[in-house]
Amino acid sequence: MAEIIVVTSGKGGVGKTTTSASFAMGLAEREHRTAVVDFDIGLRNLDLIMGCERRVVYDFVNVIRGEASLNQALIRDRHLRNLFILPASQTRDKDALTPEGVAKVMEELSQSFDYIVCDSPAGIERGAQLAMYFADHAIVVTNPEVSSVRDSDRMLGLLSSKTKRAEEGREPPQQHLLLTRYSPKRVSRGDMLGIVDVNEILAIPLLGVIPESPAVLRASNSGEPVILNRESDAGQAYADAVARFCGETIPQRFIEEKQGWIKKLFSFREKESV
Amino acid sequence: MSFQTGINKILQYFQRPTRSASIAKERLQIIIAHERTKQDRPDYLPMLQKDLIDVIAKYVPINVEDIHIDVDRQEGCSILELNIMLPDRALSARVAETV
Repeated sequence: MAEIIVVTSGKGGVGKTTTSASFAMGLAEREHRTAVVDFDIGLRNLDLIMGCERRVVYDFVNVIRGEASLNQALIRDRHLRNLFILPASQTRDKDALTPEGVAKVMEELSQSFDYIVCDSPAGIERGAQLAMYFADHAIVVTNPEVSSVRDSDRMLGLLSSKTKRAEEGREPPQQHLLLTRYSPKRVSRGDMLGIVDVNEILAIPLLGVIPESPAVLRASNSGEPVILNRESDAGQAYADAVARFCGETIPQRFIEEKQGWIKKLFSFREKESV
Repeated sequence: MSFQTGINKILQYFQRPTRSASIAKERLQIIIAHERTKQDRPDYLPMLQKDLIDVIAKYVPINVEDIHIDVDRQEGCSILELNIMLPDRALSARVAETV
């Protein structure tokens, strides 16, 4: 049986797809058979981030409607043989995703994969609800910013009531906080919510902190998930987060402001002036 | 620019800038605490409120704002609290009922 992970946030643009792509890649790197599923029907984008947009023939909705088999729709990743992508459909029919259809696809994927990563759309509509419904784990992607934190809290409420696990009276999906677009510099200046602040409000275990990084945009420009770029801070931070998810104990990195020697020299003066 | 505003500007220059993150945190704590209590409310409350208004309106003219419904949870039992302001003689009825 596969473990189902939903990557969710409520708010758009916080890094769900970036996280789904890197997380799935990271799990596959660790030899887990992994499938990553795009639930954003009508606004497919995971294929672009994974760099397989030109190989999409059939999609999620084709499989649900019986127009293609799951094997026909799954796209094998260019880098890793044990990673597959199930792209979303570009249909405008918002009822294309049915609970029964999604249940069937999840069940079939469960037969041959260790992990199924569900990339949720923004909002709390059908796509987002179905993405989280079958989850065993939820990665809540949050920016250190008021609207994102508030929306994440809403999602936490939904996770503990509107999921299969919750409805069956089992433990709701295990919740993990992933803080993205974190800027240690702005936090230390007092102009951005810090890890402690967000943790105090949301009160769920912290899986990782991904620093704001130009590597993320570069990665999506070239269709290579940022975790593949281990030179970059964001790539390393994602690799750390995956390792923690797999049970390793790794201290948080990239949460302190980088200081050059000139800055260190003048840090005494700066503290005085603040 | 008057002398006063000039002085203020100079004072402001030397003051600590407001740390916006702490404002953000405070605002979030308040709004989220508020929304979490609402989240636990049963779905029928707004409908119950509407039905109550309809019934009472048969006898007394009444406004939507004059009915307050709240559910409180205390040690395993829920308390449904109805607070109805009757307009005429400023008579208020308070009914607390254990559900």
